[in-house]
Amino acid sequence: MSAPFYVSPEQQTQDKAEFARKGIARGKPIVAFDFQDGVIMMAENRSGSLRKLGEIYDRIAFAGVGKFDEYENLRKQGVRYADLRGYQFSRDDVSASSLATEYSAALGHQFSQPYAKPIEVELLVCEVGHERNAYFQVQFDGSVRDRTSYVAIGGDFEKLEAGLKEDWKDGLSLQEAVSMGRKALTRALNGSGTLEAEALEVVLLDRRREGRKFRRLNTSEIQEIVQA
Amino acid sequence: MVSFPGQTYGGSSFIEFLRADYPDLLPSLAGYDWSQVQIPHGTTVLSLVYADGALMAGDRLATEGYQVATRDIEKVYKIDETCTMAIAGAAGPAIEMMRIFRVELEMWQKLEGHDLTFEGKANRLSFLIRQNLPAAMQGMVVMPLFAGFDHEKDRGRIYKFDVTGGRYGETDYYATGSGGKDARSSLKKSFRDQLARDEAVDAAVEALIDAADEDRGTGGIDMRRHIYPTVKLITSAGVEDISDDEIIAAYDRVSKQRKAA
Repeated sequence: MSAPFYVSPEQQTQDKAEFARKGIARGKPIVAFDFQDGVIMMAENRSGSLRKLGEIYDRIAFAGVGKFDEYENLRKQGVRYADLRGYQFSRDDVSASSLATEYSAALGHQFSQPYAKPIEVELLVCEVGHERNAYFQVQFDGSVRDRTSYVAIGGDFEKLEAGLKEDWKDGLSLQEAVSMGRKALTRALNGSGTLEAEALEVVLLDRRREGRKFRRLNTSEIQEIVQA
Repeated sequence: MVSFPGQTYGGSSFIEFLRADYPDLLPSLAGYDWSQVQIPHGTTVLSLVYADGALMAGDRLATEGYQVATRDIEKVYKIDETCTMAIAGAAGPAIEMMRIFRVELEMWQKLEGHDLTFEGKANRLSFLIRQNLPAAMQGMVVMPLFAGFDHEKDRGRIYKFDVTGGRYGETDYYATGSGGKDARSSLKKSFRDQLARDEAVDAAVEALIDAADEDRGTGGIDMRRHIYPTVKLITSAGVEDISDDEIIAAYDRVSKQRKAA
């Protein structure tokens, strides 16, 4: 039996990270930010059934970029995790920070497995609060960043965040928020077209709602806002 | 595939998830002789179909043998935006069943991206009741009633169940629990097709008064403690709670009519 080639841990980690980053950069970006009633999340998505943004629990929503099967699987595990905790303890005992930690552990574990393919996704876990909202950005290697006010993930996210930094202000109305998000996502197209209402996926965590705060805007609602 | 510790199950059912990965969290009350202990029992709940959807109602008394266990127990629960469940029989396991049922429907909706059909929801409840069969045989009987608005059929619907999980659709009305027979006799007289909202509430309140008259286990209207029956309406718009003031108004209308007769 021949011995396998030696590859240094540094090299292995670098190769894996490069592989994962390439996969994620191919994905269309997602933006999320504070608006007057809570959190708004927006993505370019022309499919009405394969979603990038989803509900996790009462105050928590999820976004994933990269490979669909991988982030969809992670979203589903997050829902099961949250529903189990809520049933076992109470609905108020389910928090975005504990879920983000769970994602971080799962992704970190996968990344450190010697022969496993790294996960090609980046996740965002958002939570609407009474005063302050929380954004946890979880990367392919399990690292977590705690963000505030606005965040972008996926391809060209740096450019998007620069735009958000310029445009975002406290207390945006829903209409202002949608048009700002649309502007940011359009910028990511690099001049190749604009985003009509059908190409947008928009979800809200609306703190005024009773119980489950998550709401998905349908195409006609988005159209109305975009045209106004 | 990446997976969370403690999750081998990959489907969309909360009940199956618990069974696969957390069997200890599933209620298991079989193997005890429940005739030896007293636990709170819910008494009368009823449901009827009316013009805009379905109505579900219940009195507020729970009994422990011949004693009052709770004067203001809640027996009618909103499960989601389209349906309610009312409990009669052993209250503890019925409330636990309701909690699991709620998560079952919510988790399905979140994972699949759409609601279960009304039929599908009733089937999941059937399944939960069947799980309780061994305990029911030893005296821990749970008798729920399930009512809601079927968006596909565009009308209110009611299901009653037996201890084996047998599921039977009712087109008009039904009542169960210790005063169920009395409430049914009352509804038989007052029920008509396509009742208006107020008429439906009156019929429900009258049936509960009749049940409280005849059955020791059913609570009436307790003006002194301000304890009134629960009435919920399920329409295409969602689940609506009828306020205490509306219940009192219905009670007044029913009393006046009876005095006049």
